[in-house]
This record gives sequence, structure tokens and C-alpha cells, in this order.
Amino acid sequence: MRNVIAIRQGQAQLVEGDSWQLLGEQEAPLPTGALILPLHRWLAQPSGYHGLWLGPDDDVESLQLWLGVLPLIAIDFPSFRDGRGYSQAYLLRTRLGWQGELRAVGDVLRDQLSHMRQCGFDSFAVREDKSAADALKGLQGMSVLYGRSVIEPRPLFRRR
Amino acid sequence: MYHYDEYDRALVFERVAQFRDQVQRFTAGELSEEEFLPLRLQNGLYLQKHAYMLRVAIPYGTLGARQMRTLASIARDYDRGYGHFTTRQNIQFNWVELAQVPDILQRLAEVDMHAIQTSGNCVRNITTEAFAGVAADEIIDPRPLAEILRQWSTINPEFLFLPRKFKIAICSARQDRAAIMMHDIGLYLYRDGRQQMRLRVMVGGGLGRTPILGLQIREGLPWEHLLSYVEAILRVYNRHGRRDNKYKARIKILVKALGIEAFAREVEQEWQHIKDGPAQLTEAEFQRVAEGFAPPRYAAQPDGDLDYGTHLAMDRSFARWVSRNVQPHKVAGYASVVLSTKPGPAAPPGDLTAEQMDNVADWSEHFGFGEIRIAHEQNLILPDVRKADLYPLWRLACEQGLGTANIGLLTDIIACPGGDFCALANAKSIPIAQAIQSRFDDLDYLHDLGELSLNISGCINACGHHHIGNIGILGVDKNGSEWYQVTLGGAQGKASALGKVIGPSFSAAEIPRVIEQIVATYCAYRELDEPFVDTVARVGLEPFKERVYARQPEVSTCAM
Repeated sequence: MRNVIAIRQGQAQLVEGDSWQLLGEQEAPLPTGALILPLHRWLAQPSGYHGLWLGPDDDVESLQLWLGVLPLIAIDFPSFRDGRGYSQAYLLRTRLGWQGELRAVGDVLRDQLSHMRQCGFDSFAVREDKSAADALKGLQGMSVLYGRSVIEPRPLFRRR
Repeated sequence: MYHYDEYDRALVFERVAQFRDQVQRFTAGELSEEEFLPLRLQNGLYLQKHAYMLRVAIPYGTLGARQMRTLASIARDYDRGYGHFTTRQNIQFNWVELAQVPDILQRLAEVDMHAIQTSGNCVRNITTEAFAGVAADEIIDPRPLAEILRQWSTINPEFLFLPRKFKIAICSARQDRAAIMMHDIGLYLYRDGRQQMRLRVMVGGGLGRTPILGLQIREGLPWEHLLSYVEAILRVYNRHGRRDNKYKARIKILVKALGIEAFAREVEQEWQHIKDGPAQLTEAEFQRVAEGFAPPRYAAQPDGDLDYGTHLAMDRSFARWVSRNVQPHKVAGYASVVLSTKPGPAAPPGDLTAEQMDNVADWSEHFGFGEIRIAHEQNLILPDVRKADLYPLWRLACEQGLGTANIGLLTDIIACPGGDFCALANAKSIPIAQAIQSRFDDLDYLHDLGELSLNISGCINACGHHHIGNIGILGVDKNGSEWYQVTLGGAQGKASALGKVIGPSFSAAEIPRVIEQIVATYCAYRELDEPFVDTVARVGLEPFKERVYARQPEVSTCAM
């Protein structure tokens, strides 16, 4: 994928030559390379080689069985105004204990990156017509978080 | 009042800087209109018919004199000299320039204010009743928990793109003056047999296109679990609420579709995972926040003040104002004063000029402890006035056009800005309110009619709460022209009810006549001092319909 930002050892960086490829419902499989597949396509041939492309209607709890095998989970934002992906990410990270890479894909934009990061995403495929270098500036967000999040489980009243 | 510490302050200032950058990027064409839209909405900025409108948050309707003066300065420097107080205890400035909005927000941040999440599909301003902390019938002051909820919901990253807006209200008095049944989440705070604070949680209430009263989802929730329980509700809603149709996207539709039992089960299941985690509130945090709401230093007052008693006996206008606009206080010798923003045709409901705002700020310091409240009926309240000061305050309020003795009466109309300003409106609200106020300008007559609420919304979004007005008026569009549908029997409070439509809609010109006939019918049927809404409940809509649709230009007045 192009335009990918990843957080590695706490550092956000632009990724050169990311090898993952998203494969839609209808597209024919590509001959080689690591793919990110829609849930039912992945379930048809579970493999530790291909990643999973989770849609907003997909049930994260159903992934429990496969978390030990999956190399990557991508959560789709069909529109940046569709906030279901935030709750999916939260559940994957906290309830299901997903430790691997969690990538935001789709309508991924600079002004939402810090929220995504708070909810546990650690890589971001910024929408292709936007500059990933510019989007990087949105990752930091604000210094104050009142509530709690995946990366800061204690609400501010326990840190104040 | 709650006092900001360095965290609260850092957040509002960083938010201003962030939005300033977003405005610049939008102006430079780096952000599209579509991308900018939710960003500006979550900073309170709407694009209206003629200009941008900025909605500033007044958390749970409480503000200090310094903050009120800042609002006045904004009205003067960035608007046309006035502001509009809303039914959600906020203030709107109707004529702001996009380029100046970051400066306005900066000015607000300097007095611990903001416009965060006053719009958008997120958790909105937390509201409570305007007499919180001072009402004689209060059980527990709801403001500390309201502030705790405000903080928790502010820029909570998981819940900024919900299916639709989300409104939470909390109340803890014998009378529900916060309309908690009309909210996505309504919280009723009380003490159990062992004096522990508990919450009754209502969910799925709301007005708008599909008006529904909230249903109880939980009784006896210990207060420490407030945040985790609300989080559980929000997570279920965020995951499962409809997103295909904005008119079906409020939580009430989800609750209705699943049924309250199934919805409650989902929430309970979610809550079990998080209830005893770090979101559990601590006594220390409650105390830290509650300190800000500690009662001011009331001075012991004589039980009866001679001057006050004399004025009451001698000045009929003053006595009438006291009977409507003064509320009992929990401390002897004090009262809460409601300043009416409904003087009649002179000003639209909820509007205050910069000069009036400055005056209210001065009075709040001179006659109180520098605190002001906004009621959801769009009036202003000075919560702590010595009874001995009521007379001089009344004189000043009258000079400033804020002394109308009509609280709870027919002319205390709740109205949204309507088609004069709002891009969503089907019809105008303000001229309708003013036409009714002109028709009913006899205060003696109004006082004789007694409690009668009249609410006007310019469209189905129901910002004017028409469903819960004893008389409700809704602007509708018929082939491009403005018509008005009338409902009767709505009520707020613990006996909340939704009004019923009486029949075909009316033109603007007919409305004063229609209201007059409705009132005349009430007068004909009421028994003794029966309030309007009780008469409607007892006799039903028929007598009203007969009179209103008989097409006979019949004018009648109440027998005194």
C-alpha cells in the first residue's frame, strides 16, 4: 500500500515500500504477495500469510479464534464520518487482546489520526490523494485526554 | 462554579490552535468543504442562511459574571450586538465571520469557555436544571456529576463520530426541570435508603421527527459507575445505531427496534466488561469537582424583611413579578430570580443585547455571588438574591427590558431562531411568537390563565421543543409556503407528555386567532384553577377542534 504511516517503537514514520495489498470482494487474486482480504474471503482460506480487511459491519468478536494466526488486521473507514471503526479497534485491543498491527484504511485523514491512534491503531493508510507527510502532523493530537483510551487506560482523574 | 486547572486550560487553548490551523487549511483549499464540515461543527460552527453561526457551550447552563461580560464583548466586537440563548442552555452568535472564529474561541478560552461539541454527531453539552444547587426541592446537587460527564465526553476519541448527535441531561429535584425524558440519556440522581447516591438511567428519549419519551434502562446505579455505564450505552449505540438514514440514526430508533429489554441486555453485557475498571469514579475525584460547587457564603437573613413586605403589599406589578419570576431558595432569606427574555414583540425569545448581558453580569455580582444560570426555557436566572434586594433588582430589570412578569405563562414562549436564520427551518418562528405575544399583551389576563407553555419550532428538528409545549406550534412546508401545525397537551417534567396534532395546519396570519380560540375553549371548560394541560387531558381534543375549525370568527375572553 502507498501512503502508509506506522508507529514503530513509539515513533511515527512514513513507510517506504509497504508490501501489503488490499483485495476487494470482486477482484481476482493477485499471483503473489501479501494480501489484505475481506473477512469471508480470508475465512475461506485462513492463513498466516494474508491479513484481514474488516468492514464496519463485521463482528470483531468472531475473530477470537484467528488472532493467533493473523499477521495484520485492517479496519475500513468507508467514510471518515463513520465512527464504528473506533469501537472495533477498542474491542480488538482491549477485549480480544490483539497485539499485532492494526491498520486504518479507507477514508483516513489527517484530522482523525490522533483519535485513531488513541483507539489503538498503529498504522494508517492515508487516503491516496492526500499527503502522508502532511497527515503525519495530525497524529500528535492534544496533550490532554480527559477520558481513557487504548493507549492511556487511566482516565485523567487518575493521573491528575 | 467549577474552576479550570492547568489541564482544562491546556485543552481549550490547544483546541483553539488546532481549529485555527484547520480554518487556515480550509481557506487555503487543503481541506474540502466535506472534510471541514464535521471539524467546524465539533467546534460549534454552523453555516446558516446568511452567515456562520457560532454556538458556545455553557456547561449545564452555569456561567460567571466575567464569562457573561466576555459573551457581551463577543456580541459587540464580532456580531451585531446581541446573542441568542438556546433551549440547550447554550448561546448562539448569528453573524460571525469564519476568519474571526479562532479569535472568538481564543477570547472564550481566556475565561475558561469553549464551543467544543456544541454540534456534530457526538456527545453534546451536558445539561441540568437551571436551579441546580439552590432549588428548595433539590435532593443532590447534580452539577459535580454533570461536570465529570462534561470532561469525560469532551474529545473522547471513540465517540466523536456517532451515528447522530447525543444529548445527556441530569436532574436531582422533585420536579424535573431538565426535561430528562427528552434526552438520549436522562439521569435522575437520588439517595437510596442508606443515603448512597444512585442513578436512575433513562435512554432513547428525544424530540425531532420521531418524538419519544425515554425508557428506564436501569434503576439504582451506584454513582461510581456513571462513566462506565454511559460508555457501555455509547459503545452499543456506536456499533449498532443506524447510519444509512440520518432521520433514523438517533439512539431512540435503535432502542425501539431492539426493544428496551434487548437493548438493556446488550448494554449490561458490555458494561460487565468495563464496570470495575479504571473508569470507576473515585470519591477523591467527586470531592475535587464538588469543591467548585460548594455553596457560597450566605449571610443569615431576617425571616421577614420589612421593606420587601411593604413593596409586596403596595406595588401590584412587583407582587405579580414575584409571584411568577421568583423561585424558592433552600436558604432562608434568599430567592432565585428568573429574568424573562420574553418581553413581547420588542425582542425574540432568548435574545439578549450586549448591554443587557453586561447589566446581568453587574447584577449577579451586586445582588449575588457573581453567578448566572441559563434555563432551557431560554430565560436567565440569578440564583442567590436576598429577598431584601428583590425590589431594587426588579426595578433595574424592568429598565433593561428583563423584568416581564410572565414566567410559565402563555407569552413565555420557547422558540427556535427559525426561518429568519436557520438553513434547516421550513418556516419562521420569531414573527409567530411575536404575533402571539402582541395578541396576549394583557398581563392580568395572562396571570388569570395561569401556567400555560407555548413552544414553537420552525421545523421537525424540534429545537423549540414544540412536542412538549402545552400548546405546540410546528412550522411545516407545503409546496414552498410556510404553514403551522398545532399540537395540544404536551408537557415537560415528571408528567412529560407529547402533544397531539389537532388537525390541518394554518397560515401564519391565522395563528393568533387559533391560539385565541384554543385559550377561549380552555376558559369555557376549565374547572376552578385547573391548569390548561389538565383541562386538555380531561376533555380531550374535540372541543378545541370544534372551536378552531368551525371557521366562525368568534372572539371570547376568560371570565375573571
